[in-house]
Amino acid sequence: MTAPAQTKSARLLSPFNAIATLVLVIGGIIFAVRFVKGLAATTNLDNNNPWGLWIGFDVMAGVALAAGGFVTSSGVYLFGMKEYRPVVRPAILTGFLGYFLVVVGLLADLGRPWRLPYPFLISPGWTSPLFEVALCVALYLTTLLLESAPAAFEWLGWKKLRTVVGSMTIALTILGLILSTMHQSTLGAMFMATPTKLHPLWYSPYLPVHFFISAVAVGLSMVIVEGAISHRVFHERVEITRTQFDAITLGLGKAAAVALAVYFSTKVLAIALEDKWHYLGTRYGLWYLFEIAGFVVLPCFLLLVGYRERRVTLVRIAAGITVAGVVLNRLNVAMFAFNWRLPWEARYWPHPMEIAVSLSLVMAGVVMFRWIASRMPILHEHPDWKGTH
Amino acid sequence: MSVSRRGWLTGLVAGAGVLAAPTAQGSGTTRFSGHPGRFGLLHDTTLCAGCRACEHACAQVNGLPKPTAAVGDASVFAHERRTTDKALTVVNRYVAPEGARPGVYRKQQCMHCNEPCCATVCLVKAFTKTPEGPVLYNPDVCMGCRYCVTACPYYALAYEYDDPLKPRVMRCTMCYARIKEGKNPGCADACPTGAILFGKRSELLEVARDRIRKDPGRYVHRILGEDEFGGSSWLVLAGMDFARLGLGDLVDATTTPLPEIATSYLSVVPLVITIYPGLLMGMHAFSKRKEEVAHQERVAAVSEALAKANEETRTKLAEAAQKAEKQKDAAVAQAVKKALAEAEAAAQKEGAK
Repeated sequence: MTAPAQTKSARLLSPFNAIATLVLVIGGIIFAVRFVKGLAATTNLDNNNPWGLWIGFDVMAGVALAAGGFVTSSGVYLFGMKEYRPVVRPAILTGFLGYFLVVVGLLADLGRPWRLPYPFLISPGWTSPLFEVALCVALYLTTLLLESAPAAFEWLGWKKLRTVVGSMTIALTILGLILSTMHQSTLGAMFMATPTKLHPLWYSPYLPVHFFISAVAVGLSMVIVEGAISHRVFHERVEITRTQFDAITLGLGKAAAVALAVYFSTKVLAIALEDKWHYLGTRYGLWYLFEIAGFVVLPCFLLLVGYRERRVTLVRIAAGITVAGVVLNRLNVAMFAFNWRLPWEARYWPHPMEIAVSLSLVMAGVVMFRWIASRMPILHEHPDWKGTH
Repeated sequence: MSVSRRGWLTGLVAGAGVLAAPTAQGSGTTRFSGHPGRFGLLHDTTLCAGCRACEHACAQVNGLPKPTAAVGDASVFAHERRTTDKALTVVNRYVAPEGARPGVYRKQQCMHCNEPCCATVCLVKAFTKTPEGPVLYNPDVCMGCRYCVTACPYYALAYEYDDPLKPRVMRCTMCYARIKEGKNPGCADACPTGAILFGKRSELLEVARDRIRKDPGRYVHRILGEDEFGGSSWLVLAGMDFARLGLGDLVDATTTPLPEIATSYLSVVPLVITIYPGLLMGMHAFSKRKEEVAHQERVAAVSEALAKANEETRTKLAEAAQKAEKQKDAAVAQAVKKALAEAEAAAQKEGAK
């Protein structure tokens, strides 16, 4: 392969690498401490609060943030939106790394992670929403691996294998969309078991719908944000023109705005369905309104304005707000609005060590993406395979 | 909170019943009312003296550390406590109405639900509702995901957070082993006031109803655990509002078993698997066809344009040729005319000579 000279950002001794190493080392140490001293020593979890940041962020938000892969690949390969082809590979890669890190993060949280195959091989609990999530995530991680394989095989020059995985594209895309619809929504359905514990404003029979639609919105937004950053960092590798890329960003922004608008409607519907309007006047109501107005309505509006006036930067800012909003939503469901009836002192707040591990997972994703994108044909097409994917 | 209006595509909810009750047989349209003759316990909080002998007995029969506060030591009531991995039952004191007594006490432990949600949400089937009544937990398959702890509406399940490698979920077993031996659970045997009664659940319900009937002023006319979230093996009688006994969450709880609510959405999931492939392949076919039609239309348009252009060219050529012909003819005629005229002129000249 024709590797361009080492880019400035990829030099071994750089401020980024120093920070990344520090974050990863700290995360790794805490990960090890968890297996020596237990969750009690590394987290603020207790009997009232069995799930914390490692579930709320690493799993709930992590899976949503990795939704860009199935959204873009479906658009391009199933619905014929060919002009978005340049963002599929980075989105699939982000998805694969995201899901991989969800599983890594889960290893720290699970009491006995080496029993990960138990649900499939030893004692399947068919009735559990979590069983469905586990099965889907396992299958989807495999799907994403196969979907990201073409780039790796092109890089390695394994032409036959590349042709084989390339011929599976449509099947894999359909499988990915099925599995994503299932587990993105079921992650929300997991909380349907807790009608007394999750605050009524967040608890709803529509939880699965809310989780799925917001995953579509945040998937698109992550592609915008990730694209903006990687096109800046790797601009010498990018082949498409700035005009082309701006058109893609604007298009994705418009799609994200539609997803947010639909999401907002289903949120209103959920409140109306069970007549929960009176909760809006409470303190939790204010927090809920803050989430909805600041992180759903506002970015939706900004995305529309950005699209209409062709202001790419505005679309990127709005996409960033959407990403933050979906993270906030998952944290609200899993942590801040959970156990709302318990007294304040019995409530959960993440321990610094929990935050450090979550940060190191994000950092690991960034480092792996950079390593792969600076070697494999992710942001550009391999000269031997132009126009074939 | 109202969960009565919950429910997915209403017709599908019935199907969820199959998934909802792991111990139940039958389809979503029939209801399994539980194993007949199963055991239960009745805690009459109007009889409880708050001595905490049950806590001590529980620790002893389960081989757990002895509670630090002795039987009768009321200092522990300063703060509301909950069950932990080392105390599978705890007694709390609540403010009594009009200071009739120093307080009202309620014992807390796993309720042994008729349809336990912990069992439903467990992805390794670590929980079993036994025909005898107790819900049992199997640490040999547990992954330690703690979904059961999250899902328990009674905050009754605990977990060994300080065990790094072999943490277990810890909860009351209703002294299953002792029941099998024909003995009473440890707490029931230890209770000096008769506030804890062990027996067949159906009979305990009769006892509880009888007590309310005989002394209607003494009791709230409700047996907690009879049908909240589908009911439980433990039943509670109270002389004051259950909400003031730390059970506010459950006062307006639905009678629908929690597993049914928890799994109602799962009936939609198989639909995704069955509908999506056809739907998506259809959409793919549509977008492909659209492309093909567009391509064909483009080809047709081009050839038509070409044909039209050819036609025009041909007409123009023909016209030009015709015009040229005409011009040629005119030129010839003119030349002939000129020649004739010249010849005539020459002849006249000749004649004049």
